[in-house]
Amino acid sequence: MASVKKEMQSLSKEKMVEILEKMLVIRNFEEASIKAYQQKKIAGFLHTYIGQEAVGVGTLAHKLPQDSVVTTYRCHGLALALGMPAKEGMAELFGKVTGCARGKGGSMHFFSKPHNFLGGHGIVGGQFGIGIGAAFKSNYDEDNAVSFIFFGDGATVQGTLHETMNLASLWDLPAIFICEDNQYGMGTANARAIANTDIASKAEAYGMKGYTFNGMDLNEVHGRMGDIVKEVRATRRPVLVHMKTYRYTGHSVSDAGLYRTKEEVDTYKLKDPIIAVSREMIENKMITEEEFKAMQKKAKAGIQEALDFAEESPEPPLEELTRHVFMDDVGNA
Amino acid sequence: MPMIEMREALNQALKEEMTRDEKVFILGEEVAEFNGAYKVTKGLLDHFGPKRVIDTPISESGFTGLAVGAAMMGLRPVVEFMSFNFSLVAIDQIISNAAKMYYMSGGLYNIPMVMRGPNGAGPRVSSQHSHNMESVYAHFPGLHVMAPSTPADAKGMLKAAIRCNDPVIFLENELAYNLKEEVPEGDYIIPIGKGDIKRQGTDVTIIAWSRMMSLAKTAAEELAKEGLNVELLDPRTLKPLDMPLIAESVKKTNRVVVVEEGHYFSSLGAQVAESIYTDLFDYLDSPIARVCQSENPMPYAANLEAATLPSVEKIIRAAKQVTYRN
Ligand SMILES: Cc1ncc(C[n+]2csc(CCOP(=O)(O)OP(=O)(O)O)c2C)c(N)n1
Ligand SMILES: [Mg+2]
Repeated sequence: MASVKKEMQSLSKEKMVEILEKMLVIRNFEEASIKAYQQKKIAGFLHTYIGQEAVGVGTLAHKLPQDSVVTTYRCHGLALALGMPAKEGMAELFGKVTGCARGKGGSMHFFSKPHNFLGGHGIVGGQFGIGIGAAFKSNYDEDNAVSFIFFGDGATVQGTLHETMNLASLWDLPAIFICEDNQYGMGTANARAIANTDIASKAEAYGMKGYTFNGMDLNEVHGRMGDIVKEVRATRRPVLVHMKTYRYTGHSVSDAGLYRTKEEVDTYKLKDPIIAVSREMIENKMITEEEFKAMQKKAKAGIQEALDFAEESPEPPLEELTRHVFMDDVGNA
Repeated sequence: MPMIEMREALNQALKEEMTRDEKVFILGEEVAEFNGAYKVTKGLLDHFGPKRVIDTPISESGFTGLAVGAAMMGLRPVVEFMSFNFSLVAIDQIISNAAKMYYMSGGLYNIPMVMRGPNGAGPRVSSQHSHNMESVYAHFPGLHVMAPSTPADAKGMLKAAIRCNDPVIFLENELAYNLKEEVPEGDYIIPIGKGDIKRQGTDVTIIAWSRMMSLAKTAAEELAKEGLNVELLDPRTLKPLDMPLIAESVKKTNRVVVVEEGHYFSSLGAQVAESIYTDLFDYLDSPIARVCQSENPMPYAANLEAATLPSVEKIIRAAKQVTYRN
């Protein structure tokens, strides 16, 4: 805990407030999206990030503009952590043309050009290649960028991870493989799917460094990832990071959660990163109880605005149906 | 015009486009130090260096995915599959990522990427090294599919593919790499979606692409001796199809044979026929005949392999069938 405290004290009040605000925005966004789903404003799959906020926010605090990020279908949290406006995300969930992907991607496919957010991807393990491709581009153009590649524990047994770790290591690609281990792939506990659940140890097989730490602890994530991002930026060597975290809600909204106990979920809720960070900030007199309440209120109001925006936005016009299949018009098509 | 082989024509296209645009690079198995499994990339490593001519490990899914990511970030990768049989290992990257990205990102990320290599049956390689992939890739919106039949076409078409801002499946053919013909020098483009009449005729239109066009040419010569004047139409781009050109030809000959190396069922040839029936039914004087690979995996034995594949004889028979001759 000592090192963790140190991390917090080394961050400015401004930075800590920003981090806490982002986690609040994500939490409120996801809670609102579940509600909107129940009201049938949102359909399809909806995988929320609730419980995992510290991983995304603590990691992406170190992202520079030229860096890129790619992830799974559980993508809302990272998009918001990067600073995508909540209304663009909510409108996407509502299938509106004002959404970040013009209503064509939906919950699993958020994208953002200004943040080099290369998407949420629906095929487990399908995004690894994209991530190392961005890292490859960085070496090609010598722009000093790094590539953040997020994935779930379930994806560690897909062949694509192993192919791309080999390629990244072979070619010195500045890729940061980040396993958000929420301990389940849908209803399958890790131990039932992964022969060796020490995920970071897989790095060694490819001559890479591996790191393991607690993804529920914002300070630990922020501190460790700060060092790791610096290392990768300097060495141009890929690394594999394993963060243990937890999702409070089901795999998606249709999950009844029969494969785990309420007690287990409650244990993790006690370690909630938003509660932990806000308490520490208050204890350390970075903010007052009242200021925290005001932050919560502000986040909620922001999401309400996003909901209103999504609600009022138009559906994609029918011309959108065949737009963006191709960029070039080659005729005949 | 110099006479050059198909592989050399492709090589020229790669070299010229890599010279023109430094964002273009090529990667694949054995493309650099080995000079390419079929020597299409010969000399490129020496000319451009290892940054832009990249030998990959045998990780089709990994390096195809890498190319998609690099394309999203602004590079223009050319992926060589040692053969399109091996693209099956990367098919999720091709379809779920390359083909769908521009659309599902609402137009934020286009994929300027070419995937090229030999497609179709090699000689005597049995069942796993002889797939024809055009029908599979043409099925999914988001991919263009091209398949040249001559060296001159190959060069102009590959240049167009590399300049395209969308993903292109570029199907070559192992047995056609040493096909030698006149190829114009320097820069020229054969646009995506533009077919070509390879032989003017009046009695029947034979539509064929890639190596099948060579068979169709021989068939047309044989048929000419018997007084049948065949028009040969090479769509060149298989998706999108050059329907205006097909319409022009069908209106003239009123009879059609579609030849493809791939299987009969659920195929590109079936699509060509369907498009003609839908758009040009009133111009047809007989049902369309199709010449395809028979509905079995490719066998090794020489006689069975020959029986499986389309042949000049089968094309001649089909042309006679639609013109009611025997
Ligand atoms: C290739 C593939 N197989 C199966 C699925 C269905 N599926 C979606 S999410 C998921 C579980 C993935 O778990 P994990 O990687 O741990 O990510 P998490 O959802 O826990 O964030 C499965 C099996 C899929 N989308 N893609
Ligand atoms: Mg998981």
